Amino acid sequence: MAELSAGRGYDARLSACPACDAAPLAGRIAAAALHGDLILSIPTAHCAACITDVERALMAQDGVRAARVNLTLRRVMIDAPGHEAAEFIPVLEKIGYEAHELDGAALSSSAADRQGRDILMRIGIAGFAMMNIMILSVAVWSGATGATRDMFHWISAVIALPTVIFAGQPFFVSAWSSLKGGRLGMDVPISLALILATAISLFETLNSGRHAYFDAAVMLCFFLLVGRYLDYRTRAVARSAAEELTALEVPRASLVADGGERIVNVADLVPGDVIRVRPGARLPADGQVIAGMSEIDRSLLTGESLPVQAGPGDALSAGEINLTGPLDLRVTAAGRDSSLSRLADLVAMAEAARGRYASLAERASRAYAPVVHLLALLSFGVWMLQTGDWRVSLNIAAAVLIITCPCALGLAVPAVVTAASGRLFRRGLLIKDGTALERMAEVDIVVFDKTGTLTLGRPELVGASALPPALRPVALAVAAASGHPLSRALAAALEAEGVTPATLEQVAEMPGYGVTARWQGRELRLGRADWAGAETPQDAEGPVTVLSVAGETPVLLRFADTPRPGAAETVAALKAQGRQVVMLSGDTDAAVAHAAAQFGISRFRAGVTPAEKEAEIAALHADGAHVLMVGDGLNDTAALSRAHVSVSPATALDAARVASDIVLMGQDLTPVAEALDLAQRARRRIKENFAISVAYNIVAVPFAMAGLATPLMAALAMSASSVSVTLNALRLR
Amino acid sequence: MEILSILIPVSLLLGGIGLAAFLWSLRSRQYEDPKGDAQRILSSEWDDRPKPPPLDQNSDP
Repeated sequence: MAELSAGRGYDARLSACPACDAAPLAGRIAAAALHGDLILSIPTAHCAACITDVERALMAQDGVRAARVNLTLRRVMIDAPGHEAAEFIPVLEKIGYEAHELDGAALSSSAADRQGRDILMRIGIAGFAMMNIMILSVAVWSGATGATRDMFHWISAVIALPTVIFAGQPFFVSAWSSLKGGRLGMDVPISLALILATAISLFETLNSGRHAYFDAAVMLCFFLLVGRYLDYRTRAVARSAAEELTALEVPRASLVADGGERIVNVADLVPGDVIRVRPGARLPADGQVIAGMSEIDRSLLTGESLPVQAGPGDALSAGEINLTGPLDLRVTAAGRDSSLSRLADLVAMAEAARGRYASLAERASRAYAPVVHLLALLSFGVWMLQTGDWRVSLNIAAAVLIITCPCALGLAVPAVVTAASGRLFRRGLLIKDGTALERMAEVDIVVFDKTGTLTLGRPELVGASALPPALRPVALAVAAASGHPLSRALAAALEAEGVTPATLEQVAEMPGYGVTARWQGRELRLGRADWAGAETPQDAEGPVTVLSVAGETPVLLRFADTPRPGAAETVAALKAQGRQVVMLSGDTDAAVAHAAAQFGISRFRAGVTPAEKEAEIAALHADGAHVLMVGDGLNDTAALSRAHVSVSPATALDAARVASDIVLMGQDLTPVAEALDLAQRARRRIKENFAISVAYNIVAVPFAMAGLATPLMAALAMSASSVSVTLNALRLR
Repeated sequence: MEILSILIPVSLLLGGIGLAAFLWSLRSRQYEDPKGDAQRILSSEWDDRPKPPPLDQNSDP
């Protein structure tokens, strides 16, 4: 069946014109469909013209057999055997589309796909059966008697039996597994109601009874499957976006072997390999420097915002960024064994401590299931005592089970979570875990990391006036020659002022120190203070660099980390919501104090190690607080998993994103404060929905127990409560 | 009442056709790219026959 839909059957089924099949293009596409394996993400595509442009541009390339844009996922799949996805990025950039390579292996959409389609299929079948049985039931409810009623019941039975068996499978399977585990989940009363309602209806039909609950059984299936599908959709959207984030970092390393360089997958690296890391690249594995000098940005690992020197003999960790010069490393630990594993134990311990959070729905069902069973059993017993007629008693017990069955309850939580997470997704927040919203509603302390979270980890020139106007064109020219973040910040600041670069000669980068050049016959240097001939100031709140021109006083340039957009507003908003804000950073005292003052945070700690961060959060928890942790680095990972709920920006290290419940897709931090607010409203809606379900049970159950509930009443009550909880959830959108 | 013996099979049949159509569209992955499909009808490239299904090799076994 897969091939049928994937392409080979295409000619067979869909050819309206045989001539098209004869055309080479059609044949090419049909064959190609089976192995489209290159995937590019195209975030800016949004319209019919974009689809046509992208597909046409790609099809015009040599070796491309087929290209297909999926606008929903904003991806294009290319079939071009023997080609690399990276080759097509310039093609798309030329026609104005930003493109990123995605790692196909990291996108495991297939299994998830099948699960979603499976639920949809069951919903379709249950819906079909529900409508048909309802037509027949209306006739019975409006007074059909005798042979007609029996015949209608029989037809209903023929439709309902296979439907319940097939469409109810997800509930039966999960009920069975929870029974085996000795638990009473929400699915146990659901399954019992389904089975009992079908069995009794069948029995009544055989004996020409008056009431049959086939429609109720099938409707129950339908509504609960819809709830299940909503639940699935929410998680699938979050997971596919999270996978895409992971897939964006295509893990490649440049292996130095046999006098040449080879591109290999990071997974294939073993200790002892020699790899070359170019400036600007992230280290793919832990290793020791054997050649080269450079500066290393380890802000993701330690929170230090200043780059550190690295030369032969230094040990470096995966995840750090090489800044200025090429480095050759001998791999000491790769893949799962790299520096991540040092924190893995810490993370595992922290996660165990967070434990299994019992969601509102779980707590509700834990209270609900026994009550429902007891009520049904009670009505059976009382009626048995009163009348001695087991058929009537069983009928009434079944009616109680059907009416109390948590139809609204099964829809209540997924509908609210879907509405809320859909809204947050549009604001750029990705909920990875369904219970994250509920946990978020309880937060009273928000802990921020500094570098990379409240700030972008990107320096910005402060006090540009320190630079004499005469030296500005020179400074711009020399800064533009280097890829060091400070140089780029300097160049950007000067370019923004409209400075035109001077002409320089003999520009050379000294990795680990700075850039040298000659200007009008004078030597000039831009880089480390001690190297450029000046003293490093002791009071620096951020990185500094020195520009020295022979015959002039060296100029000290100060930089500060760029605040993340919306950071100060978010802190203010959180305080306004009555929550405490704390900052924990691995950076130096001066830098942290400066940032705290900038964002208006009064509680902060500097120089915190990963273990201390985690301990700090554990201590807050011990005091009864619920902590929201926002962080991006490896040094935050343990703290992120220890916190009650955690957020990391999309630029964070993979490990941090995995450890957190929510990923912030954009640059702006403001959605975090909004999410806390929305989470509280979502929790209120969930509770309202529970209240609606309970209210309807309070009205309907006495009728059922008194033996007055007709199948019509059950159907009305059931759909009314399902529709009302869904509408209530939609108020969140 | 004899009319019922025609009416019921007919209603079941019509519903069944609808169900079959839904299952077919589900299996042929027509719900994979709703946004793209909505836009593609505006493109003049494939108005004589539907464009081939996506090149998703991660499909069913």
